[in-house]
Order: sequence, then structure tokens, then C-alpha cells
Amino acid sequence: MQKSLHIDASKCTGCLQCEMACSYENYGVFNLAKSRIKVFNFEHEGRKVPYTCTQCAEAWCMNACPVDAIAINAATGAKVVNEAVCVGCKVCTIACPFGTVNYVADTGKVQKCDLCDGHPACAEACPTAAITFVDSDWTGLDKMRAWAGKTDTAARASA
Amino acid sequence: MRHLIIGNGPTGLVAAETLRRLQPQADIVLIGDEAEPPYSRMAIPYFLQGGIGVDGTYLRKSPDHYAKRRIQLLQARVSWVDPVKKVIELADGKRERYDKLLIATGSHPVRPDVPGMDLPNVHTCWTLDDARAIAAKAKPGARVLQLGAGFIGCIIMEALAARGAKLTIVEMGDRMVPRMMTEKAGGMIKHWVERKGVSVHVNEAITAIEQQGDALVAKVSRGGTPIVADLVICAAGVRPNIGFLAGSGIEIGRGIRVDNHMQTSVADVYAAGDVVEAIGFHSGQPELNAIQPNAVDQARVAAHNMAGEATVSQGSLAINVLDTLGLISSSFGQWWGAKKEEGGTGVELVDEGNFRYLSLQFQDDVLIGATSLGWTEHVGVLRGLIQTRTRLGAWKDRLLADPTGFMAAYLGSAQKAA
Ligand SMILES: Cc1cc2nc3c(=O)[nH]c(=O)nc-3n(C[C@H](O)[C@H](O)[C@H](O)COP(=O)(O)OP(=O)(O)OC[C@H]3O[C@@H](n4cnc5c(N)ncnc54)[C@H](O)[C@@H]3O)c2cc1C
Repeated sequence: MQKSLHIDASKCTGCLQCEMACSYENYGVFNLAKSRIKVFNFEHEGRKVPYTCTQCAEAWCMNACPVDAIAINAATGAKVVNEAVCVGCKVCTIACPFGTVNYVADTGKVQKCDLCDGHPACAEACPTAAITFVDSDWTGLDKMRAWAGKTDTAARASA
Repeated sequence: MRHLIIGNGPTGLVAAETLRRLQPQADIVLIGDEAEPPYSRMAIPYFLQGGIGVDGTYLRKSPDHYAKRRIQLLQARVSWVDPVKKVIELADGKRERYDKLLIATGSHPVRPDVPGMDLPNVHTCWTLDDARAIAAKAKPGARVLQLGAGFIGCIIMEALAARGAKLTIVEMGDRMVPRMMTEKAGGMIKHWVERKGVSVHVNEAITAIEQQGDALVAKVSRGGTPIVADLVICAAGVRPNIGFLAGSGIEIGRGIRVDNHMQTSVADVYAAGDVVEAIGFHSGQPELNAIQPNAVDQARVAAHNMAGEATVSQGSLAINVLDTLGLISSSFGQWWGAKKEEGGTGVELVDEGNFRYLSLQFQDDVLIGATSLGWTEHVGVLRGLIQTRTRLGAWKDRLLADPTGFMAAYLGSAQKAA
């Protein structure tokens, strides 16, 4: 059974350990701007919502890529950017309707969550189990629905 | 079942792969007339910049990709289609029979009807062959004149600048990327590239090009100062490759007309990609859209229908992202907005000093279009919001007050509604 990230926003305290861990895992530095997971802050509601790629079945990013630089990792099911092949055209960043592929000007390439080869640093770093890595018996859409229910529309957000 | 696919660009290729997944037994033949393996035009600028070799432009990297999937590649030019006998004819007179046919022949660049456009140092930049020729001539310091500052023109400009060419751009419209950017955003892009040393003339046209010794001299409309160049690149738009369909009975407007199954007016003949005039997501009318994400979406829809699985396209939605010498812009859907009497409202955030810009356009409480400059984080959700026609409810007013909160609005509305 493949595993996927499960996010329970109600447990998130906004400590940003996940963002730090993600940046460190991928770039060896603690730079929140480089994190592939983002915690959105719904201020008035006091609610924090971690958000990253759900490795969706449609794989909009992968299908839009003109040079075959995004591939499925057979072991984890993650859609992974091959930086050596990516030309930095950014078309995946506008094709992904979830907004979870982003361009990094420093590297001239795009980045997205790759599930850290099956050991997601964000989940390991999360002190409250708001982010866990569990058997994927849910589809990407179900996951989105689950997160969504935990995001109150009446809340005013800043992120 | 025998599927023939004419055109081996991204549309043809994605259709072939989709068909293979759906029909393990079918014969699939992918026909293209260029002397290259299937490649991506979108990668040409990066080839020109020298970041990748030719093989970096190939749509699939593994040499046995096609054999493994039993996708037969055929290099040939198709000269005629007979939907009654269900055969196509190749330029060498050979015929191929089909059960289902996909036309994915893309488009070709047009050259304005101006004297001198056929001179040897005047090039279009559309194929790998074009790119090889340009790479040989656009040496550092070469004076390059480019006609057209549309989307493709701007992408080529970026590559030429990276090669160290001295660039002059002449655009007939009143701003850069006029068909993708709002007036304000197009103007800001112009300022940015001018600062980077590119000379930009808008509201002007080239009226003639002459060879004078080694140099080309281009006359400019309204008696402007002639422009001297070593090389002229023509990026003045593209037209669908439909010539070979004359007399076939397939309905054609400006491109091949298709319904939302990507089927043409003729049974068992489908079309997708740059060559079609497909139904627009917002307009509901036939539209030409020469962009890759649309092309491959259409390819998948066509392939499903060819395999007998009825699948409907939501209509083509123009989405573009552009990098003009480090300034990144994007545009989505009906970026110009809707009329007030039809429920249209919008918001424009302008920060000229920092080259940041964001425009969101709504109809009622639904996002229908967006334009951004200097924004790279999470821009994909603009597509998500538009394509899912998410009702933003209270979020709309918040976005009118602060459009930068689009990601929060997305989390708060689209995911909830999903
Ligand atoms: C320099 C450049 C940069 C671009 N950048 C972007 C970008 O950033 N984003 C974006 O969305 N789009 C971009 N595009 C546009 C994008 O490349 C096209 O939308 C895409 O290639 C369309 O795919 P297609 O398969 O429909 O057509 P094509 O890729 O044109 O493929 C069609 C193929 O069919 C062949 N063919 C035509 N007629 C026949 C015939 N009678 N018989 C046999 N074969 C035939 C053609 O030679 C061609 O090989 C760019 C284009 C260029 C040139």
C-alpha cells in the first residue's frame, strides 16, 4: 500500500517546523521561502492550514511538462521533478490547479513535494501530528475535501 | 482497431500514449513530417540559450519509449485525407487506412506580406531546424531585429538576449504581449526589458527589408529611422496547418472545427491541439489557442473518444506563463474581464517600482480571468479557481480589497466546495 501525506489542520499550531524541515531536507538551509509545504494563517479564526501537493491522480504538472521532466516515482507514487531535465519553462506552475508547483528563481527550476523518497521530513518534524504519513486509502480529491472541511470560509486569511 | 495520428508534436504523442493505455491491442501509427523524433517546440528557447542539447527538446527521453509501447513512428508528409474510404495519402503516393483518425498537425508561423521577408537572414523561429539556423547566426553582439512582441516573440527574445544579441523589437500593437497582458502589465514588461537594454518600438510596423552588403536594413512605418540588423526574426503569429484537408469535407473555420468531444464534422475523424478551433471555456465559441497545456488536454479528450469512452472537454482555457529577462508574468482565461452589465468586476494592484502587478477579474462571484507580474507562488490556483467555476461568496469582496490573498481564498472556497 502506498502512503500519502495526511493533513489534519485542526492540530496545526503554526510552528512552521514542517517548512523548516522541508527547506533543510531539500536545500540544506533553513529558509522558509524554499519550503514546498506552506502553512496558511487564517488570522481571525486562529486557524492554520498546512498545504502541499496531494500527488493527485490527474498529474496536471506532469502532463503539461514539455520535456518529460516530471515522472512518477514507482515506489512512493510521488510526482517528482527531475531537475537535470527541467528547463524552467514554468508551464507546470500554471497548469497545476492546486498551486503546489512553484518556480525557484535561484535554481531556474520548478519545485514540488516529492515525499522525500518515502520519508517526508515535514511529517517527521511535525510535533502535533497535524501532518502524518499514512496508508493512502483516500484519493487526492478526498484528501482535499477533508482539508477543506477544516478551513472555515468565514475566516479572514493572511498568508 | 487502427488509429492513425497525423502530427507527432505534444498533441499527437499524448494522444498516442493515451490510446495505448486504453487499448493495449490497437495499432497506433504516429506520423510526422519533420526529420526529428517527437519534440517540443516549447523547449526551443532553452536549446537556443544553450542550456540543453537537441535531445533535451525530445518529448520522451528514452530511445525505446515508442517501441515499448508499440507506437509506430512514421516520417512522412500527409497530403490528403479521404474520410469516405477512410484512407490518408502520403506525399510519396502511399496510402494508409484507418479506423479512427486524429489530426494534430499544429500550426505554422506566418510572414507578413512585406518586401524582403524571404531574404536569407530573415527567419521564423518555430522548428528545431529554424533554431539551428538562428543559433549559427545569432552570435554575441549580433544585431537582431525581431518582428512581433507576442507571447512566442517574447519567449524567443529571452533566448536571443541570453545569447548576447543586441535586440530591437518592433510590435504593431500598443504594448508588449497585447493578446495576453492587460495594458498596464504589457507596459510594465516593456519598461523592464528596455531597462535590460532591449530597444522596443510599439505601434510600429516594418514596411520593407533590404539587404545592404552584409547587413539588413528595415524600413519602419510612419517614416521612422530605419533599423540595421544582422538577423531578422519574424514572430508575427501562427496559423493552423490545414492546407492538406482541402476537399476532404471536414469543416474548417480558421482552424479545424471540433465539438467538445474533439470530433470533427466527419465521423471517426478527430482533431486536437494548435490546429483546431475548439469551443472556448468562457465564450462557448470556436477559438484558436496555440498553447501547449490546451493541446495536451485536448489530446487526452480526443484519445478517450477515439477509444470509445465518451469524454467531454470543458472547453479551451488560455493559460500562459512568460519570463521576459527575469520578469515573470502569467495570464489566465478571460483576463480582460467581463462587462459591468454582465456582472463583471475586477481589481488591479499596481506596483510599478517593484514590477509587481496583479489583476483579478470576476463575473458575479466567480473568477474568470487573471494577470500577474512578478508573482510565482501558487499562481496555479488562479487556474484552479477559474476552471472549477468556484463560487467565491464572501471571498470575492476580500479579494477586491486585497487580491494578493488569492491562495487563502482558494483554500477557503475551492477546497471547501470540492
Ligand atoms: C519557440 C516557441 C516557444 C513556445 N513556448 C510556449 C510556451 O511557453 N507555452 C505554451 O503553452 N506554448 C508554447 N509554444 C507553443 C507550443 O509549442 C504549441 O502550442 C504546441 O507545439 C502545439 O502542439 P501540437 O502537437 O498541436 O503541434 P506541433 O507541436 O506544431 O506539432 C505538429 C507536428 O505535425 C507536423 N505536421 C504538420 N502537417 C503535417 C502533415 N501534413 N503531415 C505530417 N506531419 C505534419 C508538424 O511538422 C509538427 O511536427 C511555443 C512555441 C514555440 C515555437
